[in-house]
Amino acid sequence: MKPKYLPLIATLVIFLLGYALCVAQYPNILSTRVIGNLLTDNAFLGIAAVGMTFVILSGGIDLSIGSVIAFTGVFLAVVLEHTSIHPLVAFAMVLTIATLFGAAMGAIIHYLEMPAFIVTLAGMFLARGVAFVLSIDSIPIKHPFYATLKSLYFKLPGGGRITLIGGLMLFVFAIGIVLAHRTRFGTNVYALGGGTATARLMGVPVAATTIRIYAFSGLLAGLSGIVFSLYTSAGYSLAAVGVELDAITAVVIGGTLLTGGSGFVAGTLVGILIQGLIQTYITFDGSLSSWWTKILIGLLLFAFILLQKGIIYVSRHRRQPA
Amino acid sequence: MQTNDHILQAIRIEKTFPGTRALDKVDFHLRRGEVHALLGENGAGKSTLIKCLTGAYRRDGGAILLDDAEVDPRDTFEAQTLGIGTVYQEVNLLANLTVAENLFLGRQPRRFGMVDVSAMNRRAQELLADYELDIDVTRDLASYSVAIQQVVAIARAVDLSGKVLILDEPTASLDAHEVAMLFRIVRRLKARGLGIIFVTHFLEQVYEVSDRITVLRNGQLVGTRETANLDRRELIAMMIGRELAAEIHAPRAQAQEGPLRYRFRNYGRKGRVRPFDLDVRAGEVVGMAGLLGSGRTETAELLFGAHRADSGEAEIDGRAVDLSSPRAAIRHRFGFCPEDRKTSGIIGDLSVRENIVLALQARRGWTRPIARADQNRLADHYIRALDIRTADREKPIKLLSGGNQQKAILARWLATEPEFLILDEPTRGIDVGAHAEIVKLIEALREKGLSLIVVSSEIEELVAYSTRIIVLRDRAHVAELDGNRITAHQIVEAIAATNERRTS
Repeated sequence: MKPKYLPLIATLVIFLLGYALCVAQYPNILSTRVIGNLLTDNAFLGIAAVGMTFVILSGGIDLSIGSVIAFTGVFLAVVLEHTSIHPLVAFAMVLTIATLFGAAMGAIIHYLEMPAFIVTLAGMFLARGVAFVLSIDSIPIKHPFYATLKSLYFKLPGGGRITLIGGLMLFVFAIGIVLAHRTRFGTNVYALGGGTATARLMGVPVAATTIRIYAFSGLLAGLSGIVFSLYTSAGYSLAAVGVELDAITAVVIGGTLLTGGSGFVAGTLVGILIQGLIQTYITFDGSLSSWWTKILIGLLLFAFILLQKGIIYVSRHRRQPA
Repeated sequence: MQTNDHILQAIRIEKTFPGTRALDKVDFHLRRGEVHALLGENGAGKSTLIKCLTGAYRRDGGAILLDDAEVDPRDTFEAQTLGIGTVYQEVNLLANLTVAENLFLGRQPRRFGMVDVSAMNRRAQELLADYELDIDVTRDLASYSVAIQQVVAIARAVDLSGKVLILDEPTASLDAHEVAMLFRIVRRLKARGLGIIFVTHFLEQVYEVSDRITVLRNGQLVGTRETANLDRRELIAMMIGRELAAEIHAPRAQAQEGPLRYRFRNYGRKGRVRPFDLDVRAGEVVGMAGLLGSGRTETAELLFGAHRADSGEAEIDGRAVDLSSPRAAIRHRFGFCPEDRKTSGIIGDLSVRENIVLALQARRGWTRPIARADQNRLADHYIRALDIRTADREKPIKLLSGGNQQKAILARWLATEPEFLILDEPTRGIDVGAHAEIVKLIEALREKGLSLIVVSSEIEELVAYSTRIIVLRDRAHVAELDGNRITAHQIVEAIAATNERRTS
């Protein structure tokens, strides 16, 4: 087996083992209802994490997505409350804004040769600040179209529901997988993660690729914001604080190398599901503090970093000629 | 000029860097279907010429003709699309992508807008079959040896460019078997009509594979010869630039034979330099001569503990000592000025004063800082004593010229009052005036009773100040010259002597 699949398989094994353990204790967890909820509850995080996967694969980081989600929610709430613009038009507007915002950060990162960390940190404050300017209150969204969207679902056997937003997340993951593994853009993302200087020498359009990566991350953060506003039926400028860190966690647990160049979009989905599973377990248990989620996630993260180091070490030593 | 069999011509190429003339009207002609070796010592201008040809540098003057049409590549990628492909010593491919992706990056076959992975893998397999490689192209490049990565890089460059292939030190990290494989491929490409430029410092390989040889020295063209008509001795003379006739018998101050102080027995490290014996007396300058890659620098680093010896022992004044780290060596009053002062010598943003007191401070330990007044006194003393040209001692050292930086590093070690000083290429890249001063300084230090080891590729210079010369070849000490035998002629002979071994 190729060593690059190892983290992905490890993630999958951990998820299945964890799920089996949960089922052993609470057999009810093995139902389409729980699975449907798992998808719905983590839809906004999953969508944002797909964008984050591309960013991290290219060797970058995007700290702005939590703020962009909050901004999107507040923007939608304000627009829908004060104007008669149809939600679909508002969606298009906010997606355009989020995409341009991401593209601008990508352009700054590339042309000014600034670390992505700093540029997107600035973007994080900027987006959060603009959300505050729009409104400091939590604004409920009562538009009838929202109710329609929320009522859409696909019924699974056993009573579970794949809601619109849960299905949307799966769709975004499918798009992400095709984009990463079946397009020139995808290979270019991996190439940047392997080494920008070498990628440039080999003719990769570094500027265009960088800008597209951050624009894509911005677009998905905006989409994630829409999903979040559907999920909560409100817009609040203090929402989704730290979501970018949860997304990074999902990406790393999903087997993507934090330094870039290696990993899979599908792994991120498993990473999201592992986080969701721990939360579900805690809900079922009822007596555990929800901070146990953080503790377990922290331990998992450490374990994965060690695993990745181990794989790099092994593959480097296997290459040495005898 | 029989232009039609020339695939690439570089005519009167000029390139100037601040302070140095890297290429001075160099001509270079590459024929179709030939392997043309480009040789010269470090700093001779061969990599500058390569970079001008591949567009990594913009030339300041001259013309490049490819297939008789003038070209002006702005970057390596453009050069590649014009037909000039380059493969470097460090493989410039992406280790995290698969072999097939590396071969077809940016030009993957597509179907319905999607990359057709199976078609790409099939074509990669076919492409590599031409290079005697039957490997799994869906694996990451990182899972293959450097030799295979090298071949993949060649396959990509040839497939993209197809006219001229530049191999820049491609064999430096390959073993004999892998070199043989590489050369089979080179000969096959030659038969296909490519012009191949081969840069190396392994002379055996030059004779094995090349048709013609061009030698550069100090940015100037020394000459282009048919390999078959150029014997090894003549070639080395061309490279080092000391015509055998014009030997130099420098009047040398007779060395005061001081007491034997440093004894190294069977000292060596696997893969770097083979075990050697070395005795150094007080008041002696031992020169290390040899071509690039012969083990000169490795010997110097070993003596200083920058690399730990894995065999042999060292004695100072008859007592066994441990020289396993630079700190240990510094404790025994060793000093070392490394070859590349930009990366391992100066700390550019620190001032001249700070650079000078650095080693002394390191020896005292950070808990016992040197008083500022003492630092100033030390810095001023050495700025005066070594004639370091600087506006004042607080100027960042990176603003000084190369020669003055070199003197500041020397001052750093002199401030620790060393008794054993190792200088690796002390005169590299500095102008003629500073050159003479450094040579004078070496003699002055010897007269003060220091023991010095000096590594240099300037044979004339070694002859001028060494009391003894060790000749290195293929990472082994092969000859020792002293007294009247220290002549440029003898050194070149010793370097050139074809060695019996050189197998596997």
